[in-house]
Amino acid sequence: MKSGIFGFLFGMWILILIGGGIVVTILGPISISGFGDFDWIINSGIKAVVAIILVVIWVLILSKFKNWIFRKEIKS
Amino acid sequence: MIDLVISAAISSIVGFVVVLVMTPPLIKFLAKRNMAVKDMNKKENVMVVRPGGISIIAGIIVSEIILYAFLQLNEILAILITTTAAFAIGYVDDRKVMGGWFKPATLAIAAIPIILLGAYDTDLAFPLFGEVQIPALYLALIVLMIPITGNTINSIDVLNGVASGFMVIASFTLTICLIIVQNYEIAVASLPLGFVSLAFYKYHKVPSKIFPGDSGALALGAMYGVIAIVGGVEIIAAVALLPAVINSFLFLSSVKRIVEHREIKGKPVEHTEDFKLKATTDETAPITLVRLILAGGPLSEKQVGFAIFKLAIFSGILAIITAFMMEIKL
Repeated sequence: MKSGIFGFLFGMWILILIGGGIVVTILGPISISGFGDFDWIINSGIKAVVAIILVVIWVLILSKFKNWIFRKEIKS
Repeated sequence: MIDLVISAAISSIVGFVVVLVMTPPLIKFLAKRNMAVKDMNKKENVMVVRPGGISIIAGIIVSEIILYAFLQLNEILAILITTTAAFAIGYVDDRKVMGGWFKPATLAIAAIPIILLGAYDTDLAFPLFGEVQIPALYLALIVLMIPITGNTINSIDVLNGVASGFMVIASFTLTICLIIVQNYEIAVASLPLGFVSLAFYKYHKVPSKIFPGDSGALALGAMYGVIAIVGGVEIIAAVALLPAVINSFLFLSSVKRIVEHREIKGKPVEHTEDFKLKATTDETAPITLVRLILAGGPLSEKQVGFAIFKLAIFSGILAIITAFMMEIKL
């Protein structure tokens, strides 16, 4: 087994750490008020949309990373 | 602390022994009823009985009931109910072929007892950066997590011994991580998962005498997911599970839809003349972890299994580092 899969695992781990940072520093503090009882629904909705966007970006980066690593591996 | 150690020892030993003792008669019982499938990776026409999930769930139920008698925690009840529900869902799929959406949808329902029992904390803990409070979103995370961990373990159950061996490594890693983050009660509750998997591995390793089936794989995966939730170690658990996550990710990113493996026409792996496994060049076949491991050349089933275990150990080390990083705040 070549080292590419280990590299891919390590890359995923780094992306998890970075993603965690973004979630805690940007997503966590988001707070909107002025909608009364609907505040928490709107806050959660916004956080959900941002989280989904982050996941999509994460998957796209992983796909590129996967192609780059395994193309390199096939060439070697 | 003494209570914890005693309950950990008794429940782990009992869970281990139940699976160890119950599996041989289960193999005979299933063989008599002709509940067997062909082992596709053997040269000869070898039939292997299934589902071994019956002995797996028996071991889990007995050990978690013992733990509940000692500790009386709602978290243990949540583990017990959701894992048993996941087993039942898998058993239905073992007996009758269900559609691609059956397991994810029903496993989401199986996660509801965790919410009803209040066995969760809405703070999601990340390494280095601290916690984020997501009360409403966390409920969605619970409902998503059980189908993900259940199906992820099910998706790596492709070779003799891989699902149970992988669970041994991942679950003991999770126990170590729970100890590192000082969540001792859930660490104790997670021990039976490792010991039950270890006992089942004895019969599941190459050459398999029994397959876990969907019932076994889903029970193991769902229990892992519940422990991650009730232990508040969701991110650490995800890291320890990364090789299996990669397998699901590669499969989904190549197939681009939720589908059962049996519905895929292209074969990712074929056999050489001496019946080693070899990656195919079929462009319609999904990319899987096994196919990637075999990109370097043909390997025996046992060698591929050990390659997956090496990846599990590597991600286990990353998970333990992540657990230590939970204590560090930037």
